[in-house]
Amino acid sequence: MTVVADTGPAPVPRHPLTPAVFRVVGRRVETGDVVTLSLEAADGRPFGFRHGQFNMLTAFGVGEVAISMSSAPGGPGPLEHSIRDVGPVSRALCALGVGDHLGVRGPFGTGWDLDAPAVVAGADVVVVAGGVGLAPLRGAVRHLAARQRRDGGRLFVLVGARSPDQVLFADELERWRLEGIHVGVSVDVGDPSWKGTVGVVTALLPGAGFDPSTTVALLCGPEIMMRFTAQALVDRGVDADTIRISLERNMQCGIGLCGHCQLGPLLLCRDGPVVTYGGVAAELLRERQR
Amino acid sequence: MAGLLAAQPLFAGLPGGAAELVAGCGRNVAFDPDRLLLAEGDDATTLYLIRRGLVAVEVHGPDRGGLVVDTVGPGQVVGWSWLVPPYRWTFDARAVEPVGAIAIDGACLRGKADDDPAFGYALLQRISTLLLDRLQSTRLQLLDLYGDDGRR
Repeated sequence: MTVVADTGPAPVPRHPLTPAVFRVVGRRVETGDVVTLSLEAADGRPFGFRHGQFNMLTAFGVGEVAISMSSAPGGPGPLEHSIRDVGPVSRALCALGVGDHLGVRGPFGTGWDLDAPAVVAGADVVVVAGGVGLAPLRGAVRHLAARQRRDGGRLFVLVGARSPDQVLFADELERWRLEGIHVGVSVDVGDPSWKGTVGVVTALLPGAGFDPSTTVALLCGPEIMMRFTAQALVDRGVDADTIRISLERNMQCGIGLCGHCQLGPLLLCRDGPVVTYGGVAAELLRERQR
Repeated sequence: MAGLLAAQPLFAGLPGGAAELVAGCGRNVAFDPDRLLLAEGDDATTLYLIRRGLVAVEVHGPDRGGLVVDTVGPGQVVGWSWLVPPYRWTFDARAVEPVGAIAIDGACLRGKADDDPAFGYALLQRISTLLLDRLQSTRLQLLDLYGDDGRR
């Protein structure tokens, strides 16, 4: 079996605490409140990262926020971030147009580790995403789909959204379906035009037909959704150590110095965002936030 | 019919020949897309075990039309209101795509459960599990996780 690295070009060292200036070279409205920005470094240097990592994006004069990459490293095209307008900084970023500039610090954190032996060795890979949580998994799905076309294996992409018009990357989901990937979408509330599943995303698990004994799962979305999905996967026989979840807290420095993103023994900007559910994460997810 | 029932999760593995016991209460039915399996306000007479296709559970509101609040697929159950008085449907259930199902007469099934309490208890345990799952899912939907969550 051929192994293809999930990394792009070797990261070009940049100072982790100094934003590099990037230029917006493309802007696409994904849903009513999610915008994808395509970015190129103003100095022309390439930007390497791993699937699942994040950058700190600066809206000049407004602030900085942690946003995962939604493009694939090493692939054609620019660096992409899909940003949901939920606050002052993300709103300012979403309002940027082609030609505008922003600051980029990163890449930071752990990735999905798509070259781990358990993923490469013919596993069923189950990707479960909720809402804008599909963005950090988009590049991974593209990578896994390419690997599936070449080496075989099965890929299941299960997506939850609030309503049909909030389904992220709907066109790309359809393309993946046409490529032979099992794609399931469930919305919380349907409308008369919606002919798909309505209900929580875990409702898609029984129809997916993956083999729990060989399954590797990648989860990203609201923490409650990930908690219930991870437990549902374990209940179906999936090993908790093969389930990876992407956690988020108050990321600030990005290099494990400031402590704002601490979750138990983890500093999520450094030890996360992607962590193994079967490790300390399952216990941490049960902790009540104070 | 007994074989078909035994393959359905609601009856699979129930002790004491449950599928044979209930077989006389069931019949195969089919619905074209957009046909109603049951309608809000009507007498609740039937339990549907979905064998193929997708069924939408709908509720109607002023100026909002039909809102789909849940969908039910193969191996799942549509319709609980036959179980307890006043035996009246509280939602619509509509075929989204061609649907094949086993329709079980609710009064007949209640009679079997009354006559054989062990079967009745086992059946209620199964139904309670499904209802609990449905309740849990509904609670999660009510949280509006994707709407309020600001993650990345």
